[in-house]
Amino acid sequence: MDQNAAAVSKPKKAKKPSHTSGMSRALVRRETTSAYLFLLPSLVFFVAFVVIPMFICVFYSLFDYSLGGLNIAEDFVGLDNYIQLFQDPIFHKGFINTVIIVVVAVPTVTAFSLWVGSAIYRMKAFPRSFFRCVFYLPVVTGSVAITVVWKWILDPYNGILNKLIGTDGYNWLGEGKTALMCIIVILFTTSIGQPIVLYVAALGNVDNSIIEAAQVDGATKLQVFWKVKWPSIMPTTLYVLVITTINSFQCFALIQLMTRGGPMNATMTIMYQVYYSAYTLNDLGYANAIGVVLAIIIAIFSAIQFKVAKTD
Amino acid sequence: MSAKAATLKVSKHADLTGTSTGYKVFVVIILILVTIFFLFPLYWIVTGSFKPIAEITAREPVWFPINPTGDNYGRLFENPAFLWLFNIVFISVAAMVLTCITASLAGYALGKKRFIGRAVLFTIIICAMALPKQVIVIPLNQEMTQIFHLNDTLWAVILPTVGWPFGVFLMKQFSETIPTEILEAARVDGAGELRTFITVVLPMIKPGIGALAIFTFVNTWNDYFLQLVMLNSRDTWTLPLAIAKLQGEMSNDFGLIMAGAALASIPIIIVFIAFQKYFTQGIAMGAVKG
Repeated sequence: MDQNAAAVSKPKKAKKPSHTSGMSRALVRRETTSAYLFLLPSLVFFVAFVVIPMFICVFYSLFDYSLGGLNIAEDFVGLDNYIQLFQDPIFHKGFINTVIIVVVAVPTVTAFSLWVGSAIYRMKAFPRSFFRCVFYLPVVTGSVAITVVWKWILDPYNGILNKLIGTDGYNWLGEGKTALMCIIVILFTTSIGQPIVLYVAALGNVDNSIIEAAQVDGATKLQVFWKVKWPSIMPTTLYVLVITTINSFQCFALIQLMTRGGPMNATMTIMYQVYYSAYTLNDLGYANAIGVVLAIIIAIFSAIQFKVAKTD
Repeated sequence: MSAKAATLKVSKHADLTGTSTGYKVFVVIILILVTIFFLFPLYWIVTGSFKPIAEITAREPVWFPINPTGDNYGRLFENPAFLWLFNIVFISVAAMVLTCITASLAGYALGKKRFIGRAVLFTIIICAMALPKQVIVIPLNQEMTQIFHLNDTLWAVILPTVGWPFGVFLMKQFSETIPTEILEAARVDGAGELRTFITVVLPMIKPGIGALAIFTFVNTWNDYFLQLVMLNSRDTWTLPLAIAKLQGEMSNDFGLIMAGAALASIPIIIVFIAFQKYFTQGIAMGAVKG
């Protein structure tokens, strides 16, 4: 495979001399061969378990396909799954809920982690690692453990929340009004760990001489933040926005373990519908179609964020 | 070291520009309140796992187990909990070792070698990282069943984890910091590619491998969706998956569920705290170029 790659791409060398210029042809060939040998183990895994499933996903989304098996000639339905999808009221509900989760969670997670990051990055090493650790704990504890304990906390009869505030028997996860809110709050606690770590690192790297110069010129603290620190942590903010968006879109364990999309689809999300269609309804073609649409929606959101961040 | 010096310098200036004491007190109070809120679920898991049923169903909140009991753990181990623990440890360790080996080899090639197709390959990797990981899990399950016949085995979780390109990206970031002169010197001395990698490159990217190892271990342990889809029979369940399943079966036995949650989360928390330094470094390094 590596030899082939080297042989096939040799004619291209003349066109793209950029990073191989100044090297003899034999050296380029040797470097390319050895590079692909180093890459080989990783590429095998990458192609087999990321690239191929991507194609399978798109391919199966064109079929009326269930676990029973696939008959390529008979089960081909073209874009029917996609047409059905856009007329499916459950998908509409899931789409709206997912957008609500993203629109509420992403800005609050970003703003709060930036606030915590700026509050703790100037602290001494011990309190800084302590707080960083505390906010990362829910991520490490794992979605299952966090979800089951929250389910107990919110339980109508045995939960500490109702015992504390005296709303005896109120079913937080069983009422459409509060179920989605609870999901968002818990998602929030499991999402801010990584952004805080990133912000602490980014704020620590801001060039001090610029801050000092600004202060000498009489800039206020707020001006220093917006004019000096904010632009230099912009790449981190962009990264935080993108990963938080991707994670919020994929929020699954919380939904599956707490509400199963209920009550009355009040917490149905696109990701949960993918799982539900595949393993409860046994409609794999449809599940893959939703998956493809979800991937496209995430790509659009990420692209918008890049665009907005670039023009700022 | 330099970070510490910088911190001191900044805090001095922060005082100069006049952050009011009131604001500082406000910050500390909020941080403490939020800390309590964040630590409470963990506290509740651990104390809950020792509470007898009477204290769990009591009408008044019981903040600390008054008559601690080991019953919950007893009931947990009536199930094959050790097997479930073994499964998740095996999956996490195997994924960690394989990822570290393949990613450090590939990351070195991407970071230090100038070869044909490098730019294209790197772009593909970046794009794949922006892909929603969970979307490909269901087609992956079909692939595992029909092509590899590995469905319902631990390898069905391990292999896809190794394929995820984040590790390659992280190791590329670390490999780029190796001075090219050292690699050329090794070549002039007549060292082969593999020997250069083992004797020169590996020692220099050690911190990166540490970061990747802990990162992969924690993320694999907590990748619930992949485990849920791939592992169907009771003998292949992992501990977190088993807790989720038990919760579905006996949703009101909170003592048992908390015992399971404690057993599933305490080991990983210990691992995390022990290697925290590598972990935070790895996250920061992975984000240098987003």
